[in-house]
Amino acid sequence: MLKELKVKLDSRSKLLRKSIVRALFSANRGHFGSSMSLVEILRVLYDNVVFFDCKNPKHEKRDRVILSKGHGCLALYAILADKNFFKIKEFDTFLKLNSILGGHPESSKVPGIEASTGALGHGLPLAVGIALSLKLKKNNSKVYVILGDGELNEGSNWEAMMSVKKHKLDNLKIIIDYNKIQSNDFVKNVLDLEPLNKKFSSFGFDVSEVNGHSISELKKNFLNFKNKKTKKSSVTICHTIKGKGFKEAENNPNWHHRNSFTKDEVKIINKSLL
Amino acid sequence: MRNKCLDTIYKLAQNNKKIIFIGSDLGPNVLDTFKKKIPSRFFMEGVSEQAIVGIAAGMAMEGYMPFVNTISTFLTRRCYEQIVIDLCLHNLPVKLVGNGGGLVYAPLGPTHQAIEDISIMRVIPNMAIVAPCDSIEMEMLVKDSVNFKSPLYIRIAKGGEDIISSKKEKFKIGKGILKKKPGKILFISTGVMTQIALKAAVEIEKNKKLKCGVLHMATIKPLDEKILSLWIPRVEKIITIEENVLAGGFGSSILEFVSTNFSNHAGKISRLGLQDQFIDKYGSQDELFKDNGLTVENLCNLVLK
Repeated sequence: MLKELKVKLDSRSKLLRKSIVRALFSANRGHFGSSMSLVEILRVLYDNVVFFDCKNPKHEKRDRVILSKGHGCLALYAILADKNFFKIKEFDTFLKLNSILGGHPESSKVPGIEASTGALGHGLPLAVGIALSLKLKKNNSKVYVILGDGELNEGSNWEAMMSVKKHKLDNLKIIIDYNKIQSNDFVKNVLDLEPLNKKFSSFGFDVSEVNGHSISELKKNFLNFKNKKTKKSSVTICHTIKGKGFKEAENNPNWHHRNSFTKDEVKIINKSLL
Repeated sequence: MRNKCLDTIYKLAQNNKKIIFIGSDLGPNVLDTFKKKIPSRFFMEGVSEQAIVGIAAGMAMEGYMPFVNTISTFLTRRCYEQIVIDLCLHNLPVKLVGNGGGLVYAPLGPTHQAIEDISIMRVIPNMAIVAPCDSIEMEMLVKDSVNFKSPLYIRIAKGGEDIISSKKEKFKIGKGILKKKPGKILFISTGVMTQIALKAAVEIEKNKKLKCGVLHMATIKPLDEKILSLWIPRVEKIITIEENVLAGGFGSSILEFVSTNFSNHAGKISRLGLQDQFIDKYGSQDELFKDNGLTVENLCNLVLK
């Protein structure tokens, strides 16, 4: 699958990565690989799929996006700043004492962040509660929750999935950033998730798999969910590359989280964004 | 107390469309009327406490007020991180209704005996705790909880307990009630321990001619500092009583308060509660009270020591 994922990044994907790198260099640390695999997923959601209002982040009709893998927050910060929820100059304060931008996102601090996440396995249950509430309120907004692959180790996800099925939550889209690497090592070596598609299918989900860096594939898949009337809950497994966009970091477990970038690394990273 | 609590939630839900009930895998027929009359706001989500607390948080984010109900040990231990992050960090108005706080499930052993729930809930920022002393107080505090906008742990204790409250009393989350005016001695108690404290106070007055007061603190957190500040300096001896381990529990919170605000008075406080060990017997709740010194007799002895 990984060979098929070689998508050349366009200028917009590079622009968002530039923001991420700006924050990473400013703090000299951060979850590098975990953010880079997410960029296109979030970009497509915010560019083409979800309704939001940066002037009124709590707009009742907004679609709810929860980044359950909170450690990928730099990618979410990048798209939110791009959409004017806050100013890009905040990136220069990343991880600093009084910054609004921490190593994991906090809804009380950052406009546009739906829920504070960082401890894994929390986003899906929250999303289930939100999706149930929207149905109760007869609000047609959708809920998108993005989970990491390593995060699927957490049992709370599988508990919540049973509730998704039970309540036929067709207003909830689960998106998996399947970059195949978790903190320690490759997912298959730590706690293999395969056969992942079958696991979700057996839980009653409508499962699709896409190249998580292909704008067209993501767009088609997410819009299909948004516009299609189905009584089935759905999961999109996005096959992604950890560290996408940076040769040194791609598929390299050592780039899950990085600190103290060397001068050479800074040079190489900047060059990748040209 | 448990039935009164659940009935009150149902009654409130009839007029308040924001109220939701979420149970895990409760016994058959629990809140059947709620389920039949308001099925859209009744949820029984299985033995999945982590997900349930997260789901409740998600609902509260959307403006609902969920009451989550299951056995205290599962509701506090199993989903602790969900309570800390989903509920308390987001400061959401979710009520955790714990069945069997303390030694209620005596015969079921240590997996079901909630001996440290007060301690572990108390240390979480934004969490409040109430432990009513009887079913009247439970009803009044559950009613008041609708106005409470932060996470709240409601500890349900013994069933079929004596009634020591009167509806004329002023029940409010955050307010203590002076059940009996002190002389030189004051018991400060919470939950059904107030029943023991009242009996002991009467006993001591009758037999030893010592005037002994009882300050009942249904709200363990936030402490009613006003009423504590009023009575602590006026008495010579204070005994706190709780159906919880002494480590980090209710008595500890009183000691912390006194240490900060009335440090000269700290020496007059002693605490009665469970020791730092698992309960290794079964029997009934009353038998375990006796076995662990939570009795009128032991309280009297402590005063006269």
